[in-house]
Amino acid sequence: MGGLEKKKYERGSATNYITRNKARKKLQLSLADFRRLCILKGVYPHEPKHKKKVNKGSTAARTFYLLKDIKFLLHEPIINKFRDYKVFVRKLRKAYGKSEWNTVERLKDNKPSYKLDHIVKERYPTFIDALRDLDDVLSMCFLFATFPRTGKCHVQTIQLCRRLTVEFLNYVIASRCLRKVFLSIKGIYYQAEVMGQLITWITPYAFAHDHPTDVDYRVMATFTEFYTTLLGFVNFRLYQSLNLHYPPKIEGQAEVELKPKEGEAYALNSESYMEKLSALSASLARVVAPNLEDEVEIDEFPVDGESAEHEEARRKEQESLEKQKKLFEGLRFFLNREVPREPLAFIIRCFGGEVSWDKSVCIGATYDVTDPTITHQIVDRPNLEKQVISRYYLQPQWVFDSVNAKMCLPVADYFPGVLLPPHLSPFVTEKDGDYIPPEKLKLLALQRGENPESAFSGNTASLPFTEEEEEEEEEEEGGEEDDDGSEEEDDSEKEEEEKLKRMEEQKTQGKKLPVKVTVGTVRLEDKQRRVQEEQNEEKRLAIMMMKKKEKYLYQKIMFGKKRKVREANKLAEKRKAHDATLKLEKKKTKKARRE
Amino acid sequence: MFASAFSRARDQALAVQGFSSAPVQAPARDIRNTVGNIPMEWYQDFPHVGYDLEGKRIYKPIRSLDELDKFLDKMENPDYWRTVRDKMTGADVKLTDEQVELVQRLQRGQFGDVRFNPYEPAVDFFSHEVMIHPVTNRPADKRSFIPSLIEKEKVSKMVHAIKMGWIQPRKPKEDVPSFYDLWAQEDPNSVLGRHKMHVPAPKLRLPGHEESYNPPPEYLLSEEERLAWEQQEPAERKLNFVPQRFGCLRAVPAYTRFIHERFERCLDLYLCPRQRKMRVNVDPEDLIPKLPKPRDLQPFPTSQALVYRGHGSLVRCLSVSPSGQWLVSGSDDGTVRFWEVCTARCMKTLPVGGAVKSVAWNPNPAVCLVAVCAEQAVLLVNPCLGDKLLYGATDQLLDAYVPPEEERLQPVQWVAATAEEHARGIRLVVQHGKAVKQVTWHGKGDYFASVLPDNGHMQVLIHQASKRWSQSPFRKSKGQVQCVLFHPTRPFFLVATQRFVRVYNLLKQELTKKLTANCKWVSSLAIHPRGDNVICGSYDSKLTWFDMDLSTKPYKVLRHHRKALRAVAFHKHYPLFASGSDDGTVIVCHGMVYNDLLQNPLLVPVKVLKGHALTQDLGVLDVAFHPTQPWLFSAGADATVRLYT
Repeated sequence: MGGLEKKKYERGSATNYITRNKARKKLQLSLADFRRLCILKGVYPHEPKHKKKVNKGSTAARTFYLLKDIKFLLHEPIINKFRDYKVFVRKLRKAYGKSEWNTVERLKDNKPSYKLDHIVKERYPTFIDALRDLDDVLSMCFLFATFPRTGKCHVQTIQLCRRLTVEFLNYVIASRCLRKVFLSIKGIYYQAEVMGQLITWITPYAFAHDHPTDVDYRVMATFTEFYTTLLGFVNFRLYQSLNLHYPPKIEGQAEVELKPKEGEAYALNSESYMEKLSALSASLARVVAPNLEDEVEIDEFPVDGESAEHEEARRKEQESLEKQKKLFEGLRFFLNREVPREPLAFIIRCFGGEVSWDKSVCIGATYDVTDPTITHQIVDRPNLEKQVISRYYLQPQWVFDSVNAKMCLPVADYFPGVLLPPHLSPFVTEKDGDYIPPEKLKLLALQRGENPESAFSGNTASLPFTEEEEEEEEEEEGGEEDDDGSEEEDDSEKEEEEKLKRMEEQKTQGKKLPVKVTVGTVRLEDKQRRVQEEQNEEKRLAIMMMKKKEKYLYQKIMFGKKRKVREANKLAEKRKAHDATLKLEKKKTKKARRE
Repeated sequence: MFASAFSRARDQALAVQGFSSAPVQAPARDIRNTVGNIPMEWYQDFPHVGYDLEGKRIYKPIRSLDELDKFLDKMENPDYWRTVRDKMTGADVKLTDEQVELVQRLQRGQFGDVRFNPYEPAVDFFSHEVMIHPVTNRPADKRSFIPSLIEKEKVSKMVHAIKMGWIQPRKPKEDVPSFYDLWAQEDPNSVLGRHKMHVPAPKLRLPGHEESYNPPPEYLLSEEERLAWEQQEPAERKLNFVPQRFGCLRAVPAYTRFIHERFERCLDLYLCPRQRKMRVNVDPEDLIPKLPKPRDLQPFPTSQALVYRGHGSLVRCLSVSPSGQWLVSGSDDGTVRFWEVCTARCMKTLPVGGAVKSVAWNPNPAVCLVAVCAEQAVLLVNPCLGDKLLYGATDQLLDAYVPPEEERLQPVQWVAATAEEHARGIRLVVQHGKAVKQVTWHGKGDYFASVLPDNGHMQVLIHQASKRWSQSPFRKSKGQVQCVLFHPTRPFFLVATQRFVRVYNLLKQELTKKLTANCKWVSSLAIHPRGDNVICGSYDSKLTWFDMDLSTKPYKVLRHHRKALRAVAFHKHYPLFASGSDDGTVIVCHGMVYNDLLQNPLLVPVKVLKGHALTQDLGVLDVAFHPTQPWLFSAGADATVRLYT
């Protein structure tokens, strides 16, 4: 046994990881700079598989970075910029201290700046990668765009965020790629399908923010710095893909025309243009005029068997998608001043509708309330003073629900002042065994093309039945899962046993034997049931023989399944109770009315 | 603050009035202090406060006022409020009206002098208006006529630097578009090496129905759920918000935690260690081992056939006669009952006066004898059942005992039964000094062993019935003996202590094997009729199967029961074994032992038998197989014995 002694923690996973402090020292950066670098470069800690080994035998809580990542950061040109900036700040402070204003001026002129282009390219080598990661980007930018222009971060950042998000919204309108919208209590969720990638983002409701104190705005600002760069490049590329001008131009109008009429001093020229754009009411100018015959039609390929079905499904989906894109085509909307203008205008425009609002609400209104061609007016007040017969007055939820249902829903439920039907999340796809709210069932029936009235009545009739069925299934499942099976015994068997017991007792303990012959009944044996029982027992016995590890896993899985069923049951029960109380109340009011 | 204002006022007053009017209380004597502007604390410990103009000490005035006097003074003296202490002389000075007014003016931030006007019109000397007379009449400097040398030097330096190209004009700001087509030449293969280890951040969960501003009513939290939600730790909550319902969109407020949530997401993105986790995506059905079907492993007891009722208390033990016709059971009610197996009829009841812990039927078919543990004695009982010849022969065999010439020293006393006892069937009484826990026969039917719950070495005794002779085989105790067993084919003796099963060779008188039971407390022991496999039940609800040829560690540990195991048993002919437990069930398993040494025993649970009711948290206390049929007897705490066929 010769050779050198092998030392511990000098090979293997211990050498692949580095703690944060060591990494920081290696990069010679302060913690704040290191954090900034990590955020910009997208470097994050890794959880080692064997933490103790990596931690050199210690079990202290440490965060580990991959050594490769840190080595890769070593060559980052931005680090030098960070250092330059530090020097710049020092010089500036000194100049201020000495009141050398010329120097201050000069230094400020030569303020070191850096660009993040190469980092974007490096983090997202392909455009699709960038699109995939756009969820957080959009949510963050939409949030920053709503910040007040005071204090929390640079005004330029806020303005840039606003510009970029408006550009993105305009792109979504132009490409009509919005798919789902959802009014949540947190904000409004949107989902768009951009080049085959589903992008979901959330925007806050348009209220002033209650700025929390326990949030580090520097971290968020650093993220936003990167996100704005990324979103700018993505926007450019997206506009290019649609042959649109970037920066966007509004179609059909020269810039001169956009200026407000004389005497109506609205804003600075540059600002008013931006405002017009963000009104989302005008289409964008294209570099090349769109050719209507240019629509790409998918060629029909001769297909066979299995793939034919697939193809058929795909085509159907495509058709429904096309239909959805033209959902509001030909409809003219008018938004009352109390409804949130921007989201509604955005959604309506995304599906081909025309939209306008009161001139005093926002720039960019295209027609007036009195326009007789308006088909729908979105209102959010319980009572209206004067109504025009030729249009529907609807609550804003109708627009959202119609988009999610991919069809214009019956308007009756959404009249002003009416108790609205629940607003369901379009992001939930129920698997079998999950709880489906009855409204969703109704909606599905509607989508299948069933008559809403009959579907409705049929639904109420069939609902309890389906629920019962579900419960029965659940019960059965429960029985199967029950591995102790103490309650397993069948009713018939139990009865029999009971009878036997009674007879025994009578035989052994009863003094007088009441001898009596009764007419025998033919006992029907349920074969299926017996087979089922046998199988259940077999399973139970087999579970007993499982290894400890597998048993643990099995029980965990089963626990999860059971919990799911339990939750679904709970929801169903709650709904039932709610419906019952509602019915009761209705009856009471009816009675009261009659009296 | 106030005091300082007063002292300031006093000084001012002195200044205003001049020194002449300073002594207010004693105008006759000038008692001005000459110590100067020093901290008066220095004179704290002296009887005087300084020196007057003549160099004499100024003594502190005598102050004999206590708090009460002070208070009275405060209440009664109308000038109390304007009386201040002169620090320099220690005397009380009453401020005059002028002085008081001065103090008040100063407090208001006004000038002390009433006549002072702070707003006198300003005279602008240096104004834009050109006057005929200069303000100053100074002639202009010479340096204002000749150019500055220093400036010239500076300029020439700059000119030189510009000539040499050291100073360059500022570069005009490059006006490149900030955004361009970054992915114009995108190369999907240009993925960096580090991206191999890249773990993309998981996307945020999409909202469900409960997050809607107008969710279906079932998603709203009830009052209890809401309370539970509030009491949970924020990290433990399933939802990080309370579902709410708003009648219309107009009523929806801003979400207060919106910025928090974005910030938390940011933190997750750059701070949270990422790890690739393999999701367990197994069908739970695949985890269930594929075992031979119980149907193929028949025969085994499947259902309850008979119940033997009669005992008044829990039935501790039972034993089946080697012919399989009779069953004996012992109970806590102090009786031993003999039953006919097929009819469940109690043939005989034998009161023994004490709880019966153990009964054992002599395995020799030629002998009709039952060993019964009754308190401190082991009774050898001839039940007088079955063939008359047989039990007659047994009596003859017992009577044929000839006591040896010299009495040997024995750990126990062998006493022949009295006539009354004899009539009841008891033939011999082996009197132990202590209560006997267990009795078990050797396969031949001559020897039997008894276990006493003791700490010494006399825990196990081996008796020979024909010679009425007992001995203690061990010299030392190895722990509390739980049960003992004779090996069916070889001269081995198995002793189970709490955690180990020791196998002794009785011929060589040595320890051959020590089996580690891997459990906390062994309760019962059974040995396969071939003699190579042992099962061992424990109070921590485990059943361990030992293959003695294989290892001293258990071949398999079965955790089938949910409560402590009380008894285990092997069938004599069929590959079956059973275990009875406190949870009231008996589990019958198929335990096939193959002749081929390479093949491991096959253990398959085949039936869970229920029937015994739980009484006092006890279920099944003993199990035994029928010697020839695949039948199983179980004795339960509900005072019954049950037969499963």
